[in-house]
Amino acid sequence: MRTRGLRRAALVGVLVAGLAGCRQDMHDAPRYDPLEASAIFPGGASARPLVEGTVARGHENDDELLMTGKVDGVEADLFPFAITRADLDVGETRFNTYCAPCHAPSGEGDGMVVQRGYRQPPSLHIDRLQYAPAGQFYDRITNGFGVMPSYRSQIAVEDRWRIVAYVRVLQASHQGTRDDVPAADLERLDNPEPTPDASEDAH
Amino acid sequence: MSQIFPKSANALARMGLVGAVGFVLCLGLVVFTLFRSTWATKQHEFVEQPIQFSHAHHVGGVGIDCRYCHTSVEKSAFAGIPPTQTCMNCHNQIWTNAPILEPVRASLRDDTNLHWTRVHDLPDFVYFSHQIHVKQGVGCATCHGPVDKMPLVYQAQSLLMEWCLDCHRAPEKYLRPREEVFNMAYEAPANQLELGRQLKAEYNVASVEHLTSCSVCHR
Ligand code: HEC
Repeated sequence: MRTRGLRRAALVGVLVAGLAGCRQDMHDAPRYDPLEASAIFPGGASARPLVEGTVARGHENDDELLMTGKVDGVEADLFPFAITRADLDVGETRFNTYCAPCHAPSGEGDGMVVQRGYRQPPSLHIDRLQYAPAGQFYDRITNGFGVMPSYRSQIAVEDRWRIVAYVRVLQASHQGTRDDVPAADLERLDNPEPTPDASEDAH
Repeated sequence: MSQIFPKSANALARMGLVGAVGFVLCLGLVVFTLFRSTWATKQHEFVEQPIQFSHAHHVGGVGIDCRYCHTSVEKSAFAGIPPTQTCMNCHNQIWTNAPILEPVRASLRDDTNLHWTRVHDLPDFVYFSHQIHVKQGVGCATCHGPVDKMPLVYQAQSLLMEWCLDCHRAPEKYLRPREEVFNMAYEAPANQLELGRQLKAEYNVASVEHLTSCSVCHR
């Protein structure tokens, strides 16, 4: 029975071809997702480190004040761009994200990570820091200071300046007196809303 | 000549036909259900990692913002996985001898990579960008679930296309104010639909026609 054998072979062929169609080629295209492992490069990472000295377009270091916080090599008490209300809002978010874990949302220096044993930073409200130039804060964020790590890779240049501006707001708020509070807000000052207890958790 | 088949063969033949159709339908149903099941989507399954990094501890306990580590979530398609140095920002001083952190210390010492296992892996024929979702008021928890309570990360949603479309067809069901996107404790208000519609207009969210056209995600 030759035809029967042929037919059977054809059927098996179709089934096998069908199975072969059930591959994941379209799901896993031959390209790298961000940070995907690679068999090609040493170290096994598809994300390659920058060649030393590389400057990405738009990241050139020719504005001394913007990039270093200095003017002619001296820390300046200037901002490289005018700070708006929107900048302060971003600064607040960034401060609470990147600085508050140690410096606390208030800037007093008793953040959660400090409560877990990290070296306590000085309060941002001590005299020396009240009168420190803006460029000095920018430099601390960019290059770190003592045991404090550098935040260069986590925070964009402009956002670092927005944080500095927000630090100025925090500092001003600590210098404030009752007379600085708008009449409409006095009631809230006298009867503060209860804040959730931050110390309840002890993981 | 006598009949080859008895009369009952008619009934058998009919039953056979109906049965065959029924069988194919059942098989289809089983396959269809299987592919949408949590078995296939891996929804709710904890994924083993080289280090038992706990979001419950770092986010829920210590209160660290998502963006401290996932730095590119607001400006790129990929939210970003932190380099070893980010762990060491704190762990160069706290828990410095904890055995659980040895792989992190080794990674820094030897300049090698930590090999995390991806939990949310969309097919490569789907384009997805964190940036636009975060900007338009889709909360982290809306897609990722209660990450602040996860000792190990699992995939909280199915990530099936029908799940994407559920929101793309009616974003007002999920949108929240931009300031609340990273707030893990946010709860949708009673008038969510009203708020959602208002935010949709305010944030210029694309029309449903656009959001549900193929090339938005399959580009
Ligand atoms: C991991 C904890 C940690 C984080 C996060 C952190 N700091 Fe610090 N910071 C410290 C410690 C600790 C010191 C004290 C360093 C020392 O004296 O060795 C310090 C010092 C400083 C100083 C210098 C004070 C001085 O004496 O001149 C400034 C300014 C500062 N931090 C600002 C910031 C800002 C702004 C951020 C957010 C971008 C930030 N820090 C994030 C821990 C931290």
